[in-house]
Amino acid sequence: MSMNSILWALAYLILAPFIGGLMEGFDRKISARMQRRVGPPLLQPFYDVKKLLNKEIIIVSRGQSLMMITYMLMMILTGVVFFLGMDLLMCFFVLSTAAAFLYFAAMITNSPYSTMGASRELVQMMAYEPAVLLCAVGLYLATGSFYVRDMIAGAWSPILKLPGIFIAFVFCLTIKLRKSPFDTSTSRHPHQELVKGLTTEMGARNLAFYTITEWYEIVFLMAVVALFIINSNPLSYVAAVIVVALVYFLEILIDNSSARIKWEKMIIMAWTCTLVFAGVNMIILMLIK
Amino acid sequence: MIDWMVPFLIGFPLLIALLVFFVGNHKLRAMIIYTGAAVIMAVTAALTVTFFMNGAQTVKFAVETEVIDHVILCTELFLMIFVSYLCFKYRKYWIALLSIVPTLLIAWFDLTVPKEALTHIYVDRLAVLMCLIIGFVGSMIAVYAAGYMHGYHVHHTEVQDRRNVFYALLFIFLSAMFGFVLSSDLMWIDLFWEITSVCSFLLIGYTRTEEAITNSFRALWMNLLGGTALAVGIVFGGVFCGTTNLQRMVYYGRAGIGAATITIALIAFAALTKSAQLPFSGWLLGAMVAPTPSSALLHSATMVKAGVYILFRLSPALHGNMTGDMITFVGGFTFLAASFMAIANCDGKKVLAFSTISNLGLMVACAGMGTSGTIWAGVFLMIFHAVSKSLLFQDIGAVENSIHSRNIEDMHGLLFRLPRLATFMFIGIACMFLAPFGMLISKGSTLKASIDEGNILMTLFICFGSAATAFYWSKWMGKLLQKNNDGRYVDVTRRNELVSLYFHATVMVGLCLFYPAMSTSFVHPLVQELYGTVVDVLPLSTLVLMTVIILAVFAIPLVAYGYTKNLETERKLSYMNGINLGDNKHFVGSMGEARQANLVNFYFDKLIGPERLMRPSCVITVVVLVVMICMIVGGAVV
Amino acid sequence: MAKVKKSPWLLHYDGSSCNGCDIEVLASLTPVYDAERFGIENTGDPMQADIFLVTGGVNTQNRDVVRQLYEQMPNPKVVVAVGVCACTGGVFKDCYNILGGVDKVIPVDIYVPGCAARPQAIIDGLVKAIDLFEKRANEWETSLKGVKKGE
Repeated sequence: MSMNSILWALAYLILAPFIGGLMEGFDRKISARMQRRVGPPLLQPFYDVKKLLNKEIIIVSRGQSLMMITYMLMMILTGVVFFLGMDLLMCFFVLSTAAAFLYFAAMITNSPYSTMGASRELVQMMAYEPAVLLCAVGLYLATGSFYVRDMIAGAWSPILKLPGIFIAFVFCLTIKLRKSPFDTSTSRHPHQELVKGLTTEMGARNLAFYTITEWYEIVFLMAVVALFIINSNPLSYVAAVIVVALVYFLEILIDNSSARIKWEKMIIMAWTCTLVFAGVNMIILMLIK
Repeated sequence: MIDWMVPFLIGFPLLIALLVFFVGNHKLRAMIIYTGAAVIMAVTAALTVTFFMNGAQTVKFAVETEVIDHVILCTELFLMIFVSYLCFKYRKYWIALLSIVPTLLIAWFDLTVPKEALTHIYVDRLAVLMCLIIGFVGSMIAVYAAGYMHGYHVHHTEVQDRRNVFYALLFIFLSAMFGFVLSSDLMWIDLFWEITSVCSFLLIGYTRTEEAITNSFRALWMNLLGGTALAVGIVFGGVFCGTTNLQRMVYYGRAGIGAATITIALIAFAALTKSAQLPFSGWLLGAMVAPTPSSALLHSATMVKAGVYILFRLSPALHGNMTGDMITFVGGFTFLAASFMAIANCDGKKVLAFSTISNLGLMVACAGMGTSGTIWAGVFLMIFHAVSKSLLFQDIGAVENSIHSRNIEDMHGLLFRLPRLATFMFIGIACMFLAPFGMLISKGSTLKASIDEGNILMTLFICFGSAATAFYWSKWMGKLLQKNNDGRYVDVTRRNELVSLYFHATVMVGLCLFYPAMSTSFVHPLVQELYGTVVDVLPLSTLVLMTVIILAVFAIPLVAYGYTKNLETERKLSYMNGINLGDNKHFVGSMGEARQANLVNFYFDKLIGPERLMRPSCVITVVVLVVMICMIVGGAVV
Repeated sequence: MAKVKKSPWLLHYDGSSCNGCDIEVLASLTPVYDAERFGIENTGDPMQADIFLVTGGVNTQNRDVVRQLYEQMPNPKVVVAVGVCACTGGVFKDCYNILGGVDKVIPVDIYVPGCAARPQAIIDGLVKAIDLFEKRANEWETSLKGVKKGE
């Protein structure tokens, strides 16, 4: 564990919410422009969270706050482990544990909408999990290590060997970020059949925790995307930022140009995509190894 | 020291079995069970301590076996007659053949073919580990059974009270399991194998209902089929390699001697039936009709582990050959298919059964890949699985006694309605799939190993299978958490059941906490012993990271609790479109009446239920097994 | 000072309106009027809402619903009655089932007249509501501090 990696982890700890919030701000602004609206200010997500923190603390079930905070801390832990340059597989495991806590937070309220949203979230988790694991597998095959610090030290960008796995990962990123057409569990867009789905019972402070955690999550996920690009050449970091921006823009575009689909179709699409792109990519990698 | 402990561990449970069979007084019988369990645990502990005091040297002894051989033969013949009698009684004539043929084959072999005299008892780390699992988990289950069966007969008045038989069988079973893991002579192993098969058959048929009898015979024929393969393998190996020693056979197998390859393939096949891999999973699912302690004992903690244990023993000879590939494929495929089928069940015990099958599949696949890394992962899977499954099975039995249902949907908000038992369940489930607890880490190591092996199918099996695994466990945990305002259930769990539950839960948490330490001090040397090479599966930095994460995972909820405890909050009703009737459960219906909101989990039973998946999965595995065995035999002969 | 002014979230409830005002409420969120530029978000969830926007009068059936939704909203909160029906009961005032305006059940802060209320009027009402929301938030914060000091 070098000084450098500790600095990275600290930077993540402190800066991730700001970067994540800004990214969400961009998301909303760009979405609005795509719909020919002016849209909210760039800093809108921060205003929202500030307001949520200033409101009366309400709960439906006391356990929910506990689960939400655990969810948030677990997510932060995931990112810290990642930025410390540790085992990527371990990161993804902690990530799935964090996601399980979000599910528990929604279930503990015993409310119909929240429960339905949570059940769908679980289906979403099942849909993206194989691609996420295969992403770690692919990076391992390409770089020979599960350690993030070794992955970024290669001579070539892993994406050159992993185009298929990259596609599968970006596809499943749409599910993980709950973007339309895979926003079955909860959605930023108003007026859906599940009210607010997963987050229905999260008022005021709990919703603020949820939003902040999303920011941490998005920075972590985008860092994983960047992992495909980064190599020992410092210039690759610039390339990584560009690719991340493009991927994020693509997600926004998909979000704004597609209608929600049912979960059966989502699983079939996600798994087919994973099998076809990631599977074939992996087979080729293993054969040429 | 060890030379008397080993026969004691095999003989003493038999003595207890005799005692409980003949003592009619309930109190006295319970006392005998407690004493027996305590002594077994103490001797197991003593065995472990002595073993490590002697520097963890492998202990072998060759016993002068003239008399013992005759005893073994007589027992086998007795079992054959007994099984045949029952088969004829229930008109399942063909099953009797599966008992008669191998026994006569073994008898012929035993009496005519001279054998090399080698060690009979072999105590190494793997055997000690198995002894610990059998001795502690098994004995605790016996203690639990003493309480559970009392409640069982109060609720199931239609079942004839044959508790003395039940307890006796439990102890005979323990004895056979000890014998099984401590022997290294295949003739002995075969005997103990047959005893466990027959014991499980009798335990499953305990209630003597029609369903129980059908299921018990299914278990019988599947296990006897494995037994037949084992017997044929032993005789074949004995005739052509001239040895019946397991270690020697593995040595020959590693050297690539044809006859040994066939023997090992047959033994491995037998192990598949014992570990309830597809297409032989049916018996374990059917076995769930039996009272819970037997489910816990047979199907989680011990008996199914026998198959995995023997595969671990064989694993050095499985690496990189056709037998290994066969075992890996069947194991991996079972992991995937059983995980999916587990999603579609709402009967708690069925879910546990499917999850057992799927986890065993993973262990079997680990053994099949046969590298030091996979065995490391496999051993950990075995340890964690034995404890947590035993905990879960016992717990679900206790829950059933309290709420009269084992349907997961009926466990709505159980954490608030039956807190103690639900907490145990929570611990058990958490250890099955949440990071950074053992199961998941082992899964990760297996994944890594299968990539290193270049096994694409296995990698995909694990990735998709663990997605499904996480799904059904989270679903269940969520159900326990859903807090509604229904009143508490009366917890009717008896003290002896609780002793076992607390023991298992404590061990479980302990295992999670000391997992890295255990890896370096115990499992690493174990693998080294099997393979003779140094392995470095987890580097030190990962171990440190693991410890940090484990501590963090335990600390985070505490921090969160500390934060939320004193928070000033305003409690609101849950959102039901403004027509919540005030109890978060009922709402105003369209005709103005109160209606209850029923919340049910996803099951997808039409899509991936066992009815749909079981048959195709069986067909696939049967085809693979037949083709591969033909290829193995053909390859060895040519 | 709580700067909550920039993020007022709406809960829109349709009492027994003829849907005229509801269409206009939605119209004010469209690109032409774009209420989101004020940070307004039309959430469907009372737990997350700050401004309760009701159209249509209150009848015997939805009386409890309006009250429950209002109670589920966390403090500080503001109620806006949009359209003449929500203000007074409008043309339906004498119907057998109509109790009258929203203020018969919950305290209403802003009344937006019109039948149907025009988007401009709605947005004007919302902007007034936002100012009130800011004021209430400040009061709320001071009261919280008071409680803490009182301990």
